[in-house]
Amino acid sequence: MCKNKNQTNYKMKQTVFYSKHEALGAKLAPFAGFNMPIQYEGLVAEHQHVRAKVGVFDVSHMGLIYVNGPKAFELVQYVTSNDLALISDGKVQYSCFPNDKGGIVDDFLIYQINPESYLLVVNASNIEKDYNWLQENNKNIGAEIVNESDNYSILAIQGPLAMATVKKLTNEPVEEMKYYTFKYINFAGIDNVLFSITGYTGEAGCEIYFKNEDADKIWDAVFEAGKEFDIKPVGLASRDTLRLEMGFCLYGNDIDDTTSPIEAGLGWITKFTENNQFVNRKYHEDLKANGVEKRLVGFEMIDRGIPRHGYEIADADGNIIGNVTSGTQGPSVGKSIGLGYVKREMAKADTEIYIVVRGKLLKAVTVKLPFYKS
Amino acid sequence: MKILENLKYAKNHEWIKVEGDTGIIGITDFAQNELGDIVFVEVDTVDEDLEMGETVGIIEAVKTVSDIFMPVSGEVIEFNEALEDNPDLINKDAYGEGWIVKIKISDPAELDELMDAEGYKNYIGA
Repeated sequence: MCKNKNQTNYKMKQTVFYSKHEALGAKLAPFAGFNMPIQYEGLVAEHQHVRAKVGVFDVSHMGLIYVNGPKAFELVQYVTSNDLALISDGKVQYSCFPNDKGGIVDDFLIYQINPESYLLVVNASNIEKDYNWLQENNKNIGAEIVNESDNYSILAIQGPLAMATVKKLTNEPVEEMKYYTFKYINFAGIDNVLFSITGYTGEAGCEIYFKNEDADKIWDAVFEAGKEFDIKPVGLASRDTLRLEMGFCLYGNDIDDTTSPIEAGLGWITKFTENNQFVNRKYHEDLKANGVEKRLVGFEMIDRGIPRHGYEIADADGNIIGNVTSGTQGPSVGKSIGLGYVKREMAKADTEIYIVVRGKLLKAVTVKLPFYKS
Repeated sequence: MKILENLKYAKNHEWIKVEGDTGIIGITDFAQNELGDIVFVEVDTVDEDLEMGETVGIIEAVKTVSDIFMPVSGEVIEFNEALEDNPDLINKDAYGEGWIVKIKISDPAELDELMDAEGYKNYIGA
């Protein structure tokens, strides 16, 4: 696997939890340059476990880029589509970098530590691209940009029993924290753990960020605390089915360098307020005003088949009207589901569309997101 | 990883059990483990004559889709109907209840091109 002669000098990265994953019998596979746990006991079992109890994802491959200094706000506001003025210290915001060609450089979470310090948690596959993009746009601004990706580890603890697990490890009233807020707390005896009420699964839970040297201690403490709740490690394969059931976009699948946030249904993070002048704003503003040609929609299969990234979408006559960007059999919804771009006139909910699966037109219907309603 | 002695194995991870001129075909324990949770199996080639290496059906798992290839040439004579309702039989019992099709072998000489258990074991690095 992955033995390409052009890659002989390429060293696959691994997270600090690598030996733990191996000992747990994880199936490891390359993901964004990291050898990551894809699954342990099985995708569906892990997916169900997060919906029913509590699971722990190692997401340490993700990138952490800090933007600091008196010019921090100015830079982040300029490069991101959401309005940074809407958040305050301790709040988290979902946003993206629009590029200068109408697409998206990356999507990520922004943490406001204070008005002169922001943390951007970005996709592992885009760390370098994001860092360079920030540098490029910082030339006339002069904020301080620091890539700390290699120094921190991240665990996402998700599921209805996630908060019961983690509250055993801190004196802070973390169960009272609101969605998309964070605090630096003492957690499992470690100071300054960034504790964030966020996730990518549609379940309750948190994501915690800490120094690599504290990783073993925190992992062991979380699994010890979660023992009474049947806590289990869960892999990236189930993370993908969990997020897809919620209709959350995945960069590289549903959004990329060529898709506008307006087309992707991310108008809610693209704010055309007066104080929010961002990169290539006019392009997206015009799209919104004039209407998009294609729109990301959710759909469910009616005929038997599973949509996959890259499959074509057709109308009843077989005319190609778009393409599938994500698809799977949703373990919690019990249906084949997908996301894809279709022509605007086909984007209304309850529209009959057809997925081209191995040369056959299989009937599907567009639906409102999310697919999974807890 | 389970590998049975009395079967022949193809490079695409199908096994074939030969009974006279009939062959029973499935995918190996290694293959089902790689695919993960199988959602459905589609075989619409019953009564067709297929060449060695041609697609006899497909397996859709949650995370990926895979072709099932003919390990040798023959006529497809039966599809394991039990897989219609319980495709996970392949996950649970790849060499038994999870068999996929029966074929009438047209050229038994092709069987010599397949691997035995030892060869397959080396092939997957088990």
